[in-house]
Amino acid sequence: MTRIVIDPLSRVEGHGKVTLLLDEENRVVEARLHIVEFRGFEKFIQGRPYWEVPVLVERLCGICPVSHHLAAAKAIDGIMGVEKLTPTAEKLRRLLHFGQVLQSHALHFFHLASPDLLFGFDSEIAHRNITGLLKDYPDLALKGVRLRKYGQEVIRVIMGKRIHGTAAIAGGMNKALSFEERDALLGNIDEIIFWADASVDLARDIFLSTPEYRNFAKVSSPFLSLSGKCGEHELYDGHLRCRSAGGDFVFDEIADSGYTGLIREEVKPWSYMKFPYLVMLGKEAGWYRVGPLARINNCDLISSPMAEARRREFVSDGWPVHAPLAYHWARMIELLHCAEKIRGLLEDTDITGGDLRVETEMGREGIGVIEAPRGTLIHHYRVDDQGLIEMANLVVSTTHNNRAMNEAVLKVAKRDIDGKKEVTEGMLNRIEVAIRAFDPCLSCATHAVGKMPLLVEAVDAEGNVIWSMGK
Amino acid sequence: MKAISLDGIMAPFAEGHTVMDCALAANIPIPHLCYLPRCVPHGSCRLCTVKIDGRFASACTQPAMEGQHVEIDTEELRQLRLSLLRMLFVEGNHYCPSCEKSGSCRLQKAAYDEGMLDLHYRPWYPKREMDASHPDILIDRDRCIFCELCVKASRDVDGKNIFGISGRGTDTRLVVNSKSGLLADTDISAQDRAVEVCPVGAILVKGLGFEIPIGKRLYD
Repeated sequence: MTRIVIDPLSRVEGHGKVTLLLDEENRVVEARLHIVEFRGFEKFIQGRPYWEVPVLVERLCGICPVSHHLAAAKAIDGIMGVEKLTPTAEKLRRLLHFGQVLQSHALHFFHLASPDLLFGFDSEIAHRNITGLLKDYPDLALKGVRLRKYGQEVIRVIMGKRIHGTAAIAGGMNKALSFEERDALLGNIDEIIFWADASVDLARDIFLSTPEYRNFAKVSSPFLSLSGKCGEHELYDGHLRCRSAGGDFVFDEIADSGYTGLIREEVKPWSYMKFPYLVMLGKEAGWYRVGPLARINNCDLISSPMAEARRREFVSDGWPVHAPLAYHWARMIELLHCAEKIRGLLEDTDITGGDLRVETEMGREGIGVIEAPRGTLIHHYRVDDQGLIEMANLVVSTTHNNRAMNEAVLKVAKRDIDGKKEVTEGMLNRIEVAIRAFDPCLSCATHAVGKMPLLVEAVDAEGNVIWSMGK
Repeated sequence: MKAISLDGIMAPFAEGHTVMDCALAANIPIPHLCYLPRCVPHGSCRLCTVKIDGRFASACTQPAMEGQHVEIDTEELRQLRLSLLRMLFVEGNHYCPSCEKSGSCRLQKAAYDEGMLDLHYRPWYPKREMDASHPDILIDRDRCIFCELCVKASRDVDGKNIFGISGRGTDTRLVVNSKSGLLADTDISAQDRAVEVCPVGAILVKGLGFEIPIGKRLYD
């Protein structure tokens, strides 16, 4: 038996590795995505005061801290018995979250994924990155950078900092949006919408123009997401909806607080990431996907007109769409949706209001569910009678996709590596391309692009390294 | 009028003034944590250490005397203050990123002012008990720097004598003067000066965290 290890994965957020187990004839016996870091937030926030949690848990991630901040804030609202925020507070939270999703999607598509798609999976590794993109497609790369910058600016204006600021507090928000801040953001929103629309074209054309992409790493699974009252695409607050691989409802209109009856998490000894599954479908068949592809497949409509037209186009040639590389196309549709919604919220007179908080009595338990850029994010807390956290359960977006990513890795390994005498860097990159499509945030932490070397080792059954290759 | 030299600037002083009083009146900054105007100084944090006529002394306890030459902003003293700040950080559990006092914390402010970029010393990670028993006030002992401002404010201003410092060396702890040792069994109120005066995030009013947005905090 031979073991091939991709360690660490590159151009994903966080640290992970892939191991492939090959038999004597180089047939793929097993393929696994391992998450090798341990964060422990669920444990060490125990004993901390509840009002500290939204700021504490946003440190989970440097890419989507806002999502953790808001999911925790929603849960804390629940603990405080807050059922409805003031219109201004809710709209500010939504605006903040649209900024978050916009910047995260731009970061992933332009900085991390597009080099594979534009240069090819087997292209020169030294060139297959954001600097290569800046060299060959400077206009495109700079638009990507500016799209992300705009999303970051929305966050900065509301939270005081681009990363790890403060905004949501129990029952509301801590700061109003000034007219000057609103006008500054409105200043270039039309340009942002124009670029976002062009990004959908780019992602669509890449996907449709390469027949291989439709079946690359293709897996079929149910899709889970939040959904609005009318079945519309929803990122901030809604009910849980799940469709089967064929598009039928597995469940719908389940209050987000009902997640405990729908999802269980399995622990496996070779990964720090849990394996969630749908209770009603069981451990083996109950794995599912979340994120942009799940949301676009799941919703009946999108409430912003340009994005809705793009959604109709997306599902026109067969629905539900299962190809993992279609995640990129769905992601760009959401980027456009966020840009449109940001303009709508900025033009809403409530957004600059001053009524930011409602006061209520403290309870004991709260659940906050939000659609983070990478998918459904669940924060669940219980406090003791002194207001200190005694239980925390976080089901992070990437965790939902764990099994699906493993299945995709196995598909690629079977197709591109199985039986081959020599394993090339390009073959291994295909495995990473499949994982990248999910935009996993393996640690929910900040990392520098391009600083993670890839080390591949072939080890025999006795553990001896036969050959190794690094980049 | 009598005067002393503060880094070469002549600053007048009145009878009974300390070097710190004199510097504050002349608007010449001397870093400090445990000094509070109108409270008896005791020089516990040592951050206001200056050199007076060639000898180290804490500015908050040293009486101003005619003709003194006080050095404040020298490389030697900056390094000394940096070491003191680093020791204060490593002997507690100070996690600024999630602390609600961040931006309004005097310890954090002093560290920024002195250009502290790392801990330098190995953190102790002490295990200290939190007291959340009171409905309105919380004591997070992880962040206590034993400045004793709460002790003095509770005794001298609030007239309640609720706080004290107990133990020695690494066992030093902020304690509560009640039979149970819990804050719930005292008559402390969220409006007390002892609560307001805490320079770090050790004594907090419950549920108010992060209400002040970034940009409006005390030291933003």
